[in-house]
This record gives sequence, C-alpha cells and structure tokens, in this order.
Amino acid sequence: MSVIAHADRIQAPPGAAVRRRKSFLRRRSTVAFFMALPLILIVALLVLYPASYAVYLSTLNKTMERFVGFGNFLFLFKRDSFWMVVEQSVIFAVTAVLFKAVIGLVVAHFVHNLPAKGQRKWRGMLLVPWVIPPAMSTLAWLWLFDPSYSAFNWIFAHFGIDPVPWLGNPYWARFAVILVNVWVGAPFFMIMYLAALKSVPDQLYEAAEIDGANWFQKLWYVTLPMMRNIISITVLFSLIVTFANFDIVRVLTNGGPLDQTQVFATWAFRLGIESNDIPLGASVSLFMFPVLAFAAIFILRDINRRGNEA
Amino acid sequence: MRELQSGRRRFMTIAAGLAAAPYVRTSRAAGTLNIGVWDHWVPGANAVFTGLCNEWAAREKVELKIDFITTQGNKLMLTIASEAQAGAGHDVLAMPTFWATGHERHLEPVDDVMATLIKQNGKVVDVVEYLGRQDGRWLAVPATPGSQIKPPCGRIDLFKKHVGLDLTKMYPAGHAPDASLADRWTWDTFATAAEKCRQAGHPFGLGLGQTTDSTDWVGALFAAYGAELVDAKGEIRVRTDAVREVLEFAKRLAHALAPDVSAWDDASNNKWLISGKGALIMNPPSAWAVAKRDAPKVAEQLWTFPSPKGPKGRVQPGLPFYWGIWKFSRNKAAAKSLLTYLSLRPQVEKLVNGSGGFDIPGFSGLRDFGIWSREGPPKGTLYNYPPRSDQIVAIAAAPAPTAIANQIYAQGTLPKMVARYAFGGESLARTLDRTESELEGMMRT
Repeated sequence: MSVIAHADRIQAPPGAAVRRRKSFLRRRSTVAFFMALPLILIVALLVLYPASYAVYLSTLNKTMERFVGFGNFLFLFKRDSFWMVVEQSVIFAVTAVLFKAVIGLVVAHFVHNLPAKGQRKWRGMLLVPWVIPPAMSTLAWLWLFDPSYSAFNWIFAHFGIDPVPWLGNPYWARFAVILVNVWVGAPFFMIMYLAALKSVPDQLYEAAEIDGANWFQKLWYVTLPMMRNIISITVLFSLIVTFANFDIVRVLTNGGPLDQTQVFATWAFRLGIESNDIPLGASVSLFMFPVLAFAAIFILRDINRRGNEA
Repeated sequence: MRELQSGRRRFMTIAAGLAAAPYVRTSRAAGTLNIGVWDHWVPGANAVFTGLCNEWAAREKVELKIDFITTQGNKLMLTIASEAQAGAGHDVLAMPTFWATGHERHLEPVDDVMATLIKQNGKVVDVVEYLGRQDGRWLAVPATPGSQIKPPCGRIDLFKKHVGLDLTKMYPAGHAPDASLADRWTWDTFATAAEKCRQAGHPFGLGLGQTTDSTDWVGALFAAYGAELVDAKGEIRVRTDAVREVLEFAKRLAHALAPDVSAWDDASNNKWLISGKGALIMNPPSAWAVAKRDAPKVAEQLWTFPSPKGPKGRVQPGLPFYWGIWKFSRNKAAAKSLLTYLSLRPQVEKLVNGSGGFDIPGFSGLRDFGIWSREGPPKGTLYNYPPRSDQIVAIAAAPAPTAIANQIYAQGTLPKMVARYAFGGESLARTLDRTESELEGMMRT
C-alpha cells in the first residue's frame, strides 16, 4: 500500500502540488484561520505573554534572583491575611454575581414586556452604568459614601436618621463595594438576558398557556430552560471578571477599613507594587486562575453537550 | 561636463562635512538625556523645574526630555516598577521614600555626586540617609521637588478659643519658639487639646486609614514614644512596654478625633480642615494653599508648627523624594551633571520658591530660605514648616531594615494597629498577636 502511495506521489503531474496548495488555501477553515491570525497574535502578545510572565514571576524569591518553585504559594497558604483575602474575594464575587443575575433577569423581563416603541430608549438608559468607565462612576459613588460629606447621610440627616459609616465600618464597606459592582454589572446581565428572552419562540408560551401554566410555571418550565446556556455563560464570564475586580475596591475603599474589603487584585497590587514584592503579588493574582479555569471547563463542556443534544 | 563638475563639487562638500562632523559642537553634542520627575501639584513648580533643566541642557549641549509623572493612582510607582523590570526607560527617575532602596540592584551609585553636594550643602538629614543610602553607598540623590514634612497645621482662632493656646506665640514666625510653651507641647497636651476641640465641634482630622497621611502621623507618634515594631537588626519588637504605652495613648486620642477616620484617605484630612470643620491636621502646607484659594477665611487662621513631644523626642513625619539613575542609562555622566546642578543652593532655592515653600530640601544647610518667612496669610504661617532645633525627622517604621519598613509602611500596619485597638473591639493582646503575625510575614527574603 505504501509502495503504491509512494509510486503515486512520484507519478503525479507537476501541477498537482500547486492544485493541492490552492485547494488548501481555498478551504474555509484555512481562510478563517488566516483571518483570525492577527487577533490570535494580539491575544498571544497581550494575554499569553503577560500571563506566562506572571507565572514565571510567581516562581521567584522576593529579590527575584532565585527560583523558588511553588514557595510563594506555600508561604501564602500559611498567612492569615491571605485567607482573609480569599474569603472576602469569594463573598464579594459570589454575592455580586448573584445579585447581578437576579436584577438582570428581572429588569430584562420588564424591558421585554415594554411596548416596542419605547423599548430602545429604556435599553439605552439602563446600559449607562455599564458603559461609563467604572473608575469614573466609582468616584461619583465615593462622593455619595464619603466618610465626612456623604450625600446619602446628608439626606438622612434631613429625616433625623443617624449617619451611616458607609466606608468606616467593615460590613457597610463590603456592602458598598458589592452595591457598586452590582450597579455597574447588572446592565450586562440585563442585555444578555434580554437577547435570550427575545429568542424564545412565542409558540412555546402559547402552548404553555393552553396547558394552563401560570406565569411562574412559564418562567420555570419555558423561559429558564431556554435561557440556560446564556445564563451559564454570563455567570461564568461575570464571575471571572468580578474575581479580578480592581478599580471599584481601589477607588472606593482602597481595601479598608482594616483590610476588610481587600480582594485578590487589590491585595496583589499592595504586595507586589506598593510593598515591592512582585513575585508574591504575582502569586496572589494567580491563585484563582486554576479554580476559575476548572469551573470554566466544566461550564463550557456542559453548554457544549446541551448544544449537541439540541 | 558641467554635470560632472557639479557632482564632484557636491561630493567634496559632503566629504569635508563628514570629516569635520566629530569636531563640530552641536546642541546635541553631549548626547540625550531622558528624565522622569514628579508632577508637582503646585501650579508653576514644573515650569521652574523645566527652566532650570533647560538652562543646564543649553550649557552642557545635551538634548533633554522631561516627563512629569503624577503620583495620582500610583502612576509614578508603576513607572518605576515597570522600568526596573524592563531594564529600559528614563535615564533618571524620581523615586519617593522607599523606592530607591527597593530598587538598589538597578540603580547606579551616586557617591561621587553626594560627596560634592554634602561638601557644598552640609550634612544630609538622618531620614534622607536612611532611605537613600545602603551598605555605605548612596543609591540616589535627594530631590527637592516632592520632599516634604507633615507637621501639624492648626486653626489659630479655634486653639485660642477652645484650648486656650496661642499657636503663634508658642511657635512664632521669625523667632525662636516660646521655650516654656514649646516644652509643654507634648502628645499628652495634644490629646487634651483634641478632646476640647471635639467637644467644641471641631475635632482634629487625623486619619487612621491605610494611606500615607495616616501612616505618617502614627509613625511619628510611635517614634516619639520609642515604640519600634521592628528594630534596626530586623528583630520583631512588638511586645515592648513602649508599644503598649503608645497604643494605650493612641486609643485615647483616637476617640477624640473626627468620626470615620479609619476610612480616611489622603484627601480627607485636607477637606476636613478646608471646610472649617477641623481644628488641626498633620500635613504639608497643601491644605493651607488650597484654603487660600477656596476658603480664604479659613486660610487666614491656619498656622503650621512642629509636632508634639513624646518621651523620646519631638518627631516630625518626613517623606523624602530622590532622583535615581538607572544602571541601564546610556548617559550617566550627563545625568550626574544635571542632578548635581539641580541640587546646588541657587537652584534649590528657586525650586523651593517655585513650590511656594512646599518642598523641603534634604540637606541641613538648605533650610534657611526666605520663602517660609514671607508666605501668608497669615504672614509667617510656614515659618515653622522646615524642621529646626529639637526636631527629629523620621519616617514611619524606621529604623527597621528598609525592605521590611517598606512593607510596614505600604500596608498601613501602624494605623491598622491603632484602629483595631481603638475601634475594632480587640484586646491589646489580640492586636499585638495579629501585628506580630503580619510582621513575621514581612520577613521573607
């Protein structure tokens, strides 16, 4: 068999190789690859290289002169302050994503049920918090929560209510950073869910109605199953972004009071840049990478499986 | 034939030009120099700096490029970190507090420059040497722009009315302090004054957050009590009588301060004073300068004067700035020449004047300029801003080795200790345990 193939190659006319090359270049997958190549190169340059460099940095000692392997991670695991940051990051990300998902779903339903004529205006207005750069909008929130001149407290004072230590008390400070994150991120959920709602065929609701389903049953048995993939992807995406959040905490509380609002990114900055221990900062910032990668693989595999079933 | 002649002439002209080129002194004869310096917040200060640099560049035939880099959002610190990592960037870069010692390996020693400057300008103050010199080698040149002290800035009227103390009599402008009043200006008196002002509705505005203003005043308080968290040898010294004593005192003082001080950042204290709410803050004259523009009635009542005295002396929080020359710089000779020029008395005086008296030079012989007597209103309000007589200038966490002190400073360990003990409901033992654990984590190499 191999002899025949070899003979075939020898006897092939000279134009065959050119034709094969042309056909390879004309293949849709080849064209797609070449069209995506600039993006692949940009991603490699701006994402893969820094990520790999961060991994390399996390394996060095404090003065960056010696390879220590997983030494920085083992050091972190023994520090109470690190586990406090882990706990706070989980509370921050999970609570914020949960509220963003619920608020996004409710608001998407409201907008979906608005008359088509005014819907675009509402959609535009509701997207504003997501469109403004978070560092800027958080500054406005900082003025609302300011320890000495809080606008909220000023209003409370008019009603005889005691001022709230928005950023001075650890629990209120956590509430404040989560609130701002929800305010910024909920419109993203809203717009994704709205798109998903619009793709649910009306016939399904009509059939459910004929079967006597109430609004909750329609939501539970029709809407949510049809939106499952979008919900999974949106939650996954938001979880990753929220775990990596830096600007809101940095601007609003700078991790205080008493480090009670520190999250991975702000703690990594404090250790790596401000305390001049770049390898330890890199280790903190990479801690969630395997956890989130693991979650992403499972969620995406589940979505893929459902896609194939469909 | 004419074409041929023309070609030959042109060739001869170019050849002659090329041959003579090395001997022609152009405006770029001494190469190029790229410097990154602190973007001064005082309007006009950058222009004075640029003018001086351009004078030097014209004289030395150097092509000079200046980048003013803000410390807002830690941009200067990020630039330092990224240039150190990349091994490329400016030839000279401004470095605040611990950043020169933190990048010791990447900096060109400047012992030759410092020998000249010490000869000309006098001794370098202790805190400047602590942060600029390692193992007997000078790592960077003390920079005038950005170097500052954070002494108390109080309201003359409120102190007279509620504390019964005339700040202008205790520390007058143009004269020596009133010995008797200055001797009684202790941290204990300070706490009593804070309590009286709080009762009068004008609490002192001293932050207990995790930014530098909070760390600086608490650092001065600890140093005044001789309370070191880590000693010069790198040994943890949390469980000492001095630390216990200062924490007990700080707890008392903290309850006399403005509400929510544990959430304050570096702008909060300024706003507190300028709004007319506060009777005192500890800061460079930036709050006074802004008040002069935005709240002139408040500015007229502000007086800057030295910190109170503790059992171990009168300690002023000081934050020196430096100019470091990277080892990768291609024009170290020009860099050293520029830094020497900028640090000589006539240039330093122009820089201090340009900053409205905000900048405090690091050399002891350069603290007698007229600007501090002239500035007002009220006239002489800054006279006592540069440290004199019995004052010790120190940075929080000193005398710990700088690699450890940097972490204590950046992570706000000192104000966190005070806030935990004063407001967090922690016992003294728990606060000390927690701090000791934090410090152990800072010992890694």
